[in-house]
Amino acid sequence: MDSALIPNGVRRCSLGKFLVSLSIVGAVLLWGVYAMFLCWFKGLNQTNMNDYYGFALWIWADLAVIALGGGAFFSGFLKYLVGKDELKHIINYAVLIGFICYSSALLILAIDIGQPLRGWFIFWHANVHSMLTEVAFCLSCYFAVLTIEYIPLILENRQINRFPLFHHLAHNMHEVMAVFAATGAFLSFFHQGSLGGVAGVLFGRPFAYREGLFIWPWTFFLFTWSAAAYGPCFTLLITKITEAVTGKKLVKDNVIELLAKISGWMMTTYIIAKIIDTLYWANVTAPSRGFNLMDFYSNNSFYGIWILIAEIVIGGVIPAIILITPNGRKNPAARTVAIILAVIGVCINRWVMVLQVMAVPVMSFDQWALYYPSWQEVATTILPVAYGVILIMISYRYLPIFPQEAELNPIES
Amino acid sequence: MFPFNFEWIWDTSHMVFMGGLWYALTILGLGMTWCVIKAILDTNKGGGGHDSGYH
Repeated sequence: MDSALIPNGVRRCSLGKFLVSLSIVGAVLLWGVYAMFLCWFKGLNQTNMNDYYGFALWIWADLAVIALGGGAFFSGFLKYLVGKDELKHIINYAVLIGFICYSSALLILAIDIGQPLRGWFIFWHANVHSMLTEVAFCLSCYFAVLTIEYIPLILENRQINRFPLFHHLAHNMHEVMAVFAATGAFLSFFHQGSLGGVAGVLFGRPFAYREGLFIWPWTFFLFTWSAAAYGPCFTLLITKITEAVTGKKLVKDNVIELLAKISGWMMTTYIIAKIIDTLYWANVTAPSRGFNLMDFYSNNSFYGIWILIAEIVIGGVIPAIILITPNGRKNPAARTVAIILAVIGVCINRWVMVLQVMAVPVMSFDQWALYYPSWQEVATTILPVAYGVILIMISYRYLPIFPQEAELNPIES
Repeated sequence: MFPFNFEWIWDTSHMVFMGGLWYALTILGLGMTWCVIKAILDTNKGGGGHDSGYH
């Protein structure tokens, strides 16, 4: 029934099967939307946030999706500015994943601020001394960049592309995409960094506080670096999942291996910097404020030294070694393990920099403050996942997301 | 926030933050304006519009 909308040269499942799948994910989406409206109409008392946890599950989800969505800006930077032309075969999907991640981040923020109708205050009554203001500016502008990068994909739908105006518009947008990609890379550098900077400047929180360069704590640079290193892994992971679900090879191995190799080297340099940062913090910064390393990893039921090892060794060193080794990244199983570990690693990093920061006792009379999200927080955090799945399903079905799909999966007549 | 708003102060923070925001928005706005105007001109010249699905 909708075959006229499906790109030429590719095969899709029947409309009925597609709609059934869509409605299953749609049910999860509706659950999240219900929780979202509860938060908006009844207020933030629907959450388990409190005086200890002004930042909670939502902010972790925000930071995690922004880091994972970093694959869009870094792939764009590599393709349009560095000239890695092979990446044109995966850049569409990286843009789509980035668009989903950043729109999800903005949606979560719209719930988190409690008063979404006053969301514009941050632009009009900006506190220019706050790193979060800079995050809000860059996040919004970069979302605009991703929208601009996503529009040509929509315009390339078979039926839309028949209209000369839309055809020319898509063509012209491709022509100047390097300008938008450069703007996106500039904006991403600053908002990824400032998200890390927010933790690093908390001088009253010795778990997060770092020294740095001028006004920027080391976490500023580590967050930008980690987003560039781990973001492409998320793009590769979602590509792998899409290939598994569709049962098709969608991107050639040389493209996957190139992105895995770049990601691996970025990860290697990042993890070396992260280890140096951790050693300096554990031996100099924290002791200068009256803490030793194990104060942050003991006397509580959850945060042990295991989380540091999971973040740096299991989610950093191991995937980096696999991806920089030719045999490791050429082996599909090893590569998949590496990108899964990497995605988990960066999520743990964002978790500890948001939630463990809040949990660690600071004053001598303080106790560890552990936190459990309410079901409304969980539902609204799953909501963007369902939204992302739906947008990928619709985009994959109707838009030419994977330029190599027709070649890799010829239709036998 | 604009310089004519009562909250505005002519200091480095305001100029860097708000200048950066308006600079980025200007690039995006001008870029899109150029794309749309050129698309209209190209359409008026004739041609274009096909059923490829892939670029």
